[in-house]
Amino acid sequence: MDFTPTEDRRLLAETLDRFLADRYPFQHRLAVAYREPWHDPAAWGALCGLGILSALVPEARGGFGGQGFDIATVFESLGRALCPEPVLPALMALRALMPTGRALDDVLDGSRQVALALFEGDGGIGFGQIATRAERRGGGWVLSGRKAVIYGGHVAAELLVAARHDDTLGLFSVSAGDARRLAYGMIDGGGAAEILLEATPAELMIADAEAVLGDALEAGALALCAEAVGAMDRAIEMTTEYLRTRRQFGRPIGSFQALQHRLVDLAIEREQARSITIAAAAALGTEGQSRAVSMAKALVGGAARRIAEEAIQMHGGIGMTWEAAIGHYAKRLVMLDHQLGDADAHLDRLAAAYCGG
Amino acid sequence: MDLRLTAQEEAFRAEVRAFLRDHLPDRLARKVRAGESLSKAEMEEWHAILNARGWLAAGWPREWGGPGWSAVERYIFEEECARAHAPRVVPFGVSMLGPVLIAFGTEAQKRHWLPRILNGQDWWCQGYSEPGAGSDLASLRTRAVREDGHYLVNGQKTWTTLAQHANMMFALVRTRFEGKPQEGISFLLIDMTSPGVERRPIRTIDGGQEINEVFLTDVRVPVENRVGEENQGWTIAKYLLGHERTNIAGMGFVIAAFEELRALMGRMRRDGRPLIAHPRFAARLAAIECELEALKITNLRMLSGHGGQSLAVPAMLKIRATVLRQQIDSLARQALGPAAAPFPGEGPRDNLALVPPEAARAAAIYFNNRKLSIFGGSNEIQRNIVAQDMLGRL
Ligand SMILES: Cc1cc2nc3c(=O)[nH]c(=O)nc-3n(C[C@H](O)[C@H](O)[C@H](O)COP(=O)(O)OP(=O)(O)OC[C@H]3O[C@@H](n4cnc5c(N)ncnc54)[C@H](O)[C@@H]3O)c2cc1C
Repeated sequence: MDFTPTEDRRLLAETLDRFLADRYPFQHRLAVAYREPWHDPAAWGALCGLGILSALVPEARGGFGGQGFDIATVFESLGRALCPEPVLPALMALRALMPTGRALDDVLDGSRQVALALFEGDGGIGFGQIATRAERRGGGWVLSGRKAVIYGGHVAAELLVAARHDDTLGLFSVSAGDARRLAYGMIDGGGAAEILLEATPAELMIADAEAVLGDALEAGALALCAEAVGAMDRAIEMTTEYLRTRRQFGRPIGSFQALQHRLVDLAIEREQARSITIAAAAALGTEGQSRAVSMAKALVGGAARRIAEEAIQMHGGIGMTWEAAIGHYAKRLVMLDHQLGDADAHLDRLAAAYCGG
Repeated sequence: MDLRLTAQEEAFRAEVRAFLRDHLPDRLARKVRAGESLSKAEMEEWHAILNARGWLAAGWPREWGGPGWSAVERYIFEEECARAHAPRVVPFGVSMLGPVLIAFGTEAQKRHWLPRILNGQDWWCQGYSEPGAGSDLASLRTRAVREDGHYLVNGQKTWTTLAQHANMMFALVRTRFEGKPQEGISFLLIDMTSPGVERRPIRTIDGGQEINEVFLTDVRVPVENRVGEENQGWTIAKYLLGHERTNIAGMGFVIAAFEELRALMGRMRRDGRPLIAHPRFAARLAAIECELEALKITNLRMLSGHGGQSLAVPAMLKIRATVLRQQIDSLARQALGPAAAPFPGEGPRDNLALVPPEAARAAAIYFNNRKLSIFGGSNEIQRNIVAQDMLGRL
């Protein structure tokens, strides 16, 4: 057993951390994350230039990574910087495109943004609630339905849409310009969109896409766990620093045991979250992928929320302000759980497996 | 012991309900239900409606224009208002300064200020906290130096709720610089329109604007605007904190939030079924209801004077009520699933099929209400109070 990251990944993390520290200091994040287009297109280009997306894809498909630990490395850095760039949607789209024959160069270099339009508002992660329908029309297909809270949907040129044809869940490509798109900013920064399809022309990419979509969902969920771990690190660092420096009653508030113990509990949460995320990263691409990712997402959701709430609490009034970074980390940590299945949804999936479900 | 309401109390409840049905504007109730912030005019409008009926200052004695209600009646009133989604009465004048003046004010002060609270002439804010004095309030440094007939006040207050609307602030200031910090504080009524008063808004994490910094530079405050004796402000502050805590507990509002949550869980779907049909969610709701039922009774026991007089009881109540409210808000946020994401006010307008409009702000409310365990004496400070009450000084 060896917990040391490979040299390549260490360098990748270092490069990303340095880039983000330089180009994405907190004030910059604040300026771009909450205003249309809810990210910084120039920084996006630069990140892709650094190979952030290529790291998410194996060599055979034009990248230089694509394993669980590559994904975890990238997203932990993004989480530390609280970076709102639409890397998660790109990852999910790339996972879905990987099994197709399509060349990925224009996606990897950031010039063509693609988002995966999977869910329709039901909080579950089963695909049974996907109701968007595909019908043949002329020589091609048209799609009708509504996709809810599509990450990256606000900037994508192309949407990969999960839709039913007959009894099968297929994957279709839609030009974003052909769909109705309602873009909005999110409460924790970054953007998303609702996608309305009304007999929208589409191209069939994968006829039976259940397995591919499952993989894209799980890779995305792993990414969110790693992002959470990065954000937890920073939130705990900031809280520790605050307990050291904020004085009340003539001494640092960190000298109060009531707070010390709670800070320690947060560190324990974070260690557990890191470990389960490592387990999920290791399992990506193996038979145990679904189970490991669900375990990680289930555990991280609760840990992230507890860290967020306690970090705000221990900052007192400062924790409630827009100006202070801690509140924004807290929001991201809480809202991560709303993405790609919350802790309950993943627990349900684990529980169902106990009964062979 | 008898937990049933008396016939008289039942009649009172019916009277309050009828009043709310006839006088609470729908427009306001809808906004309150959705957790949107009200404008100054809207808050004033509701105060005026209550005042016209003589019900604005629920806790004041009849002599000063209160309704003279019993504790149970006050509770019934709050619960009914909350259930009807009436705006919350802005507490600073009515629930904070009013009781202080009634307990500590001179006859002239009462006559001057109390009617102005009722008729809305003054909007009060609470100037206690400072950047360096939050939990350790007694270390406050805003100084008031007496110069014939007035105090000259210099310093900074912060986190001042709704100071942007206020023309008056009641403030704790330092009037003695040696000795025990608690023994050098006075309670002043400061005219916010005086020269030298400057406010700056502080934006909250949910994007809202309800708190402010207030800078005081050579602000002249007439000596007759001091409540109580010089250097006895701490006694008043402690008296007021007891009041503030029970007010923060806001049981009626916790109950209303619970009812909303229950309705929301009937509407939001997961795996194709309403959330409430999922045993895990239903059990969480039930667990909260148990706590709520108990807390209602704890609250009533306390209000009826059966909780003892120590500050430990309101402290316990504040802790549990705020945490419960935060749990309710957290479940409401969670109930929305992915649809909790839009920034308040930025979500697609036609998203209503997915999220009922009254719940669209659930995530924002959850984040905003993290304040409940911080202000009015943080829950840690409340625990210190209870611990000291139980253990004494060890
Ligand atoms: C939304 C909002 C509205 C407010 N409105 C008003 C207002 O209108 N007027 C006003 O005067 N004030 C107001 N406040 C201020 C509020 O009362 C203070 O924020 C509160 O007293 C905490 O002080 P602080 O923010 O300085 O935190 P600190 O006192 O610095 O506390 C930081 C953390 O340390 C903990 N801590 C401190 N001392 C101890 C200890 N001895 N043992 C254990 N833990 C400890 C605290 O509980 C907290 O978790 C408001 C605050 C908020 C957030």
